[in-house]
Amino acid sequence: MNIITIEHISKIYQVGAEVVHALRDVSLTIDKNEYVAIMGPSGSGKSTLMNILGCLDTPTNGRYEFKGFNVSQMSDNELASIRNREIGFVFQTFNLLPRSDALHNVELPLIYAGYPSNERKERAKQALVDVGLGDRIHHKPNELSGGQRQRVAIARALVTNPAIILADEPTGNLDSKTGEDIMTLFHEIHNQGNTIILVTHEEYIAEHAARILRIKDGLVESDESVEKRFIPNTPNYKFR
Amino acid sequence: MREFFYELKEGFLISLRAIRANKYRAALTTLGIVIGIWAVVLITTAINGIDGAFQRGISALGADNLYIDKWAWFTDEAWWKIRNRRNLTIEDYYQFKEQAQLPVATAPTILTQQVVKNQDKSLENTLITGTTQEYVETTNFTFSEGRFFNEVESNSGRNIVVIGNTVSQNLFPAGGAINRSIKIGGQNFRIVGVLAEQGSFMLGPFNPDNQVYIPIKTVFKYFQNRNNGSVTINVRAANTQMIPDTRDEAAGIMRRIRGLKYSEENDFTVNQQEALTQQYKQTVGIIQIVGLFITALALFVGIVGITNIMFVSVRERTKEIGVRKAIGAKRRTILMQFMVEAFLICLIGGIIGFILAYISSEIINRRVLPATVQMNSVIIAVVLSTLSGILSGFFPAYKASKMDPVEALRYE
Repeated sequence: MNIITIEHISKIYQVGAEVVHALRDVSLTIDKNEYVAIMGPSGSGKSTLMNILGCLDTPTNGRYEFKGFNVSQMSDNELASIRNREIGFVFQTFNLLPRSDALHNVELPLIYAGYPSNERKERAKQALVDVGLGDRIHHKPNELSGGQRQRVAIARALVTNPAIILADEPTGNLDSKTGEDIMTLFHEIHNQGNTIILVTHEEYIAEHAARILRIKDGLVESDESVEKRFIPNTPNYKFR
Repeated sequence: MREFFYELKEGFLISLRAIRANKYRAALTTLGIVIGIWAVVLITTAINGIDGAFQRGISALGADNLYIDKWAWFTDEAWWKIRNRRNLTIEDYYQFKEQAQLPVATAPTILTQQVVKNQDKSLENTLITGTTQEYVETTNFTFSEGRFFNEVESNSGRNIVVIGNTVSQNLFPAGGAINRSIKIGGQNFRIVGVLAEQGSFMLGPFNPDNQVYIPIKTVFKYFQNRNNGSVTINVRAANTQMIPDTRDEAAGIMRRIRGLKYSEENDFTVNQQEALTQQYKQTVGIIQIVGLFITALALFVGIVGITNIMFVSVRERTKEIGVRKAIGAKRRTILMQFMVEAFLICLIGGIIGFILAYISSEIINRRVLPATVQMNSVIIAVVLSTLSGILSGFFPAYKASKMDPVEALRYE
């Protein structure tokens, strides 16, 4: 079953006197357990597409169905609820709460989902163990390395068992070795049956995915599966 | 509902962290509320204190009392008309007492000022009330020692005296004033009674604490020709409801005693405590309202300060708001978080302000006037700081809750 079905969506911004057509006419579907990379130069509309896919924004025209629900008609609060339960975000700049420790950062989506405290703590702890940070749960972000921070963010994205993981340039702020570690982690997460959408402009990062979607000038330029997919061969983590 | 409480708890946690992270800023912001609450509680306490003292004073003198007098306390009459009225005499009083049916007690009083001395200790210009044994029935006096003078002592005009509490403390700091001898206007008087503190500093020299009481005949004997001064007749009504009837009866009887014709105006006035209370409310009430208004302004300035800092806080944490929204915070979650933060700042300010007000009112209580912080001040402080929190937090929090998550995430 398709998790995401997008039909002829467009997004138009008004910037001052200028009308910007960020997305002109995009249609696509994403299945369960797909690993899709979205690529495109800056200004191509890939960020806008990502925001719409992530339910942070709604399209000006067209239809967006998420697990059979029509997202394009939803209110802000309903969108917040979808984001909370069904979408796990991983950002380029990690976006952790600086004053909270790793555990509380991972707990946060569960707080908004209304889980009781002990269940929250247990699940957040497990998520941190899964990404290899079982010994860092009470460290604050500034006490962690870049790679560790991104893994906290990934634990936060996974903790609600979302339908999709949406990663926006997840290796953009990391050195290549650490970046590779993170990509290995994504690979394992995908192998566990999760659906991953990866936004990047690096060809070698995109090649970790099974399918690459190229966006240019607000249109889908190409949409094809990757022939020589890069498979990390040394899994570092005991991801369940 | 459960989500709401988790979000509320999260709001408190986050706010405490945010406040701790910006200690100096939070402290300075809170100062506005501290001063505001301090001022409001203190002025409320002072108002309570003044009102209480006034009420105690009135009730010590007898709240249901009427005073038949040559002089009017409050009047539109020309002063010379009143000055030309005939004096009220002690004989007027005896006739009045005979005829009046409604009062529960009556007494004549006449005032004079004399020096009161115990050896080297002396009190200048002390108010001397000359009266009869009936006087004590028109008041609610309580005694710390001894008694009021009795009928025999009164009728025979003996040199005996009942002194107010403050007078006793000044002349006999070590106590034991009873049966001692003091000099009033050069004459020896024996103390038969000391009043307990009546606590009514509002009445100044008329405060019973600062007065001495001697038989009216003794006053005539030593200090005043009985034809010179005008006697005031104290009349105690049975209760507040009986005041109008008692007053009308008194006026009728007095007109007869004074032999006034129908066409003639009263040449006396029946003064009422109520008039005193009204006058008090008019003057002191205005001062109180102005005082409250000014202190409320101080609090308002504090609220504006917090609103301002909350706007800064919202702006600084734009990115955090974006992240929270991305991972599922609803509008009300964000709204609540910042409302809670403003509320906490105000509550902390309110508590500190209240403690300061409590301490300073204790100091005032000892030095200036009886003012103790009462339960209603606690309620006022809590309600005001909560209100301040809501007022100061709402607009910044609303702004935060309306932020577009995409814009907020992009904010650097």
